[in-house]
Amino acid sequence: MSHIIQFENVGLRYGTGAETLSDITFSLAKGGFYFLTGPSGAGKTSLLKLLYLSQRPSRGLIRLFGDDMVTMPRDKLPMYRRRIGVVFQDFRLVPHLSAFDNIALPLRVSGVAEKDIDHTVREMLNWVGLGDRASARPATLSGGEQQRVAIARAVITRPDVLLADEPTGNVDPDMAARLLRLFDALNQLGTTIVVATHDLHLLSRIPGAHIMRLADGHLPDPTGTLRNPPLREPVSV
Amino acid sequence: MKFDLNKIDIPFLKAPPHEARLLPEGRMAGPMPWVIAIIMFLTILSAAAGLSLARSAEGLDADLAGRVTIQIVEANPDKRAAQTAAVEKELARLAGVQSFRRVPDAEVSALLQPWFGAEALDEDLPVPTLVDVTIDSAAPGAFATMRSSVTAVAPSARVEAHAQWLGPLTRLLGSLTFLAWMLVVLMGGATLSIVVLAARSALNTHRETIEVMHLLGATDAQIAQLFQRRIALDALFGAGIGLAAALITMVLLRGRLAAVGSELLGSVGIGWVGWLFLLIMPALSAGLATIAARTTILSALRRIL
Repeated sequence: MSHIIQFENVGLRYGTGAETLSDITFSLAKGGFYFLTGPSGAGKTSLLKLLYLSQRPSRGLIRLFGDDMVTMPRDKLPMYRRRIGVVFQDFRLVPHLSAFDNIALPLRVSGVAEKDIDHTVREMLNWVGLGDRASARPATLSGGEQQRVAIARAVITRPDVLLADEPTGNVDPDMAARLLRLFDALNQLGTTIVVATHDLHLLSRIPGAHIMRLADGHLPDPTGTLRNPPLREPVSV
Repeated sequence: MKFDLNKIDIPFLKAPPHEARLLPEGRMAGPMPWVIAIIMFLTILSAAAGLSLARSAEGLDADLAGRVTIQIVEANPDKRAAQTAAVEKELARLAGVQSFRRVPDAEVSALLQPWFGAEALDEDLPVPTLVDVTIDSAAPGAFATMRSSVTAVAPSARVEAHAQWLGPLTRLLGSLTFLAWMLVVLMGGATLSIVVLAARSALNTHRETIEVMHLLGATDAQIAQLFQRRIALDALFGAGIGLAAALITMVLLRGRLAAVGSELLGSVGIGWVGWLFLLIMPALSAGLATIAARTTILSALRRIL
């Protein structure tokens, strides 16, 4: 399967208001790296919600991993969500859990045995530079540290798709560069990455990344590359 | 030594530590366990009342079924004696009569003495002759046949079934039993309501955690299990406290009933099946609470994508 995600004429309306997203059509290639940009209110977060299956569209077709998500029974959705890692803009860490338990949560939800969790989580904590903050609760961590915990939680299951909403918004330039290298490394291993960002400097950091520019709930695609993206073969390790 | 409810573990309800950390409140947090304790206290007292009233009604039925008293109300002692002899002869002949006994005059005098005094009960006061009869209550028409035969040979005889005298009392006991069980049903409804409210409240309190778990791929069943286990434990502890308080109350009441010395009240009991039922009520309550909590939580989660 070359296209891991497909949107066709997708519209999203909250309640009876105007459509937040209209006629969104694109395909994401497996192993691709995508930046989702656009001004505030353009619909980036709404589009991400559709991607991480937090919202169903008002109309249109969404295919994820080859399956139709619009008609998928809700009890089947958790299995698809487990294949998607998400870094939320507001981190969404569980406030009463330690950094360790927050990062371990996706593994526990997926039913990974406790004996296999400790080593994996500690390795991830070290990798994001928080090896000595394993037992710290989110409230005692800085914004940047919370963001790193959120990123570690999103990638610990080696998801097929990683979605990140403004992942560098709370970190210094060095950490931002490091995070992008992490995303690029995951991408090289085959993970499809979608990063929603305002930061135009990021766009030049990943050569070959595609840019999806949302404006007023529309996703213009004058060259047709969003409908038929060029494939990027993952590097085998 | 400080008593800590959070350190009490029940193996099959024990959550893994990481699951316990997801819902951080200690056990017996919030009003639910205490409300359930009060409800269980009242439920067990109502159930005990229902069981003992039902047993009393059954006992009365068993005692009174087939018991008949014949009074020969005749002022003339000779005619009274003749009619008594005729009645005894007739009773001995009837197939539906299991046994009969003429109540000795001394026994009748002892019954009347509290009302008339020893002096008044002399030879001049005509006292009816009493004959206690036990008929086969299962035989159809046994009482009617016996009455017509007896009144045919003794025109002064009054034939009265004991069940007829105590009918209003057994009907009252039946109504009180029904009322007691209705109270048990209503208390069960109240338990369900408090569990539903507690489950909804817990969902609201932990909405943020639930949303995160959902987005990480947790199933509804995984999330419901976290809550239902906690609610089951709270309900079990609350019900246990209610049971203990009710048992203490029942023991004290039993002592008071025994002190009254009444034959009717002294015979009040619930039997070992009744005790067993009362003792498993906390487990039944916890089971009911678990089902109610799971249903409520799954229903609420279905409203979230």
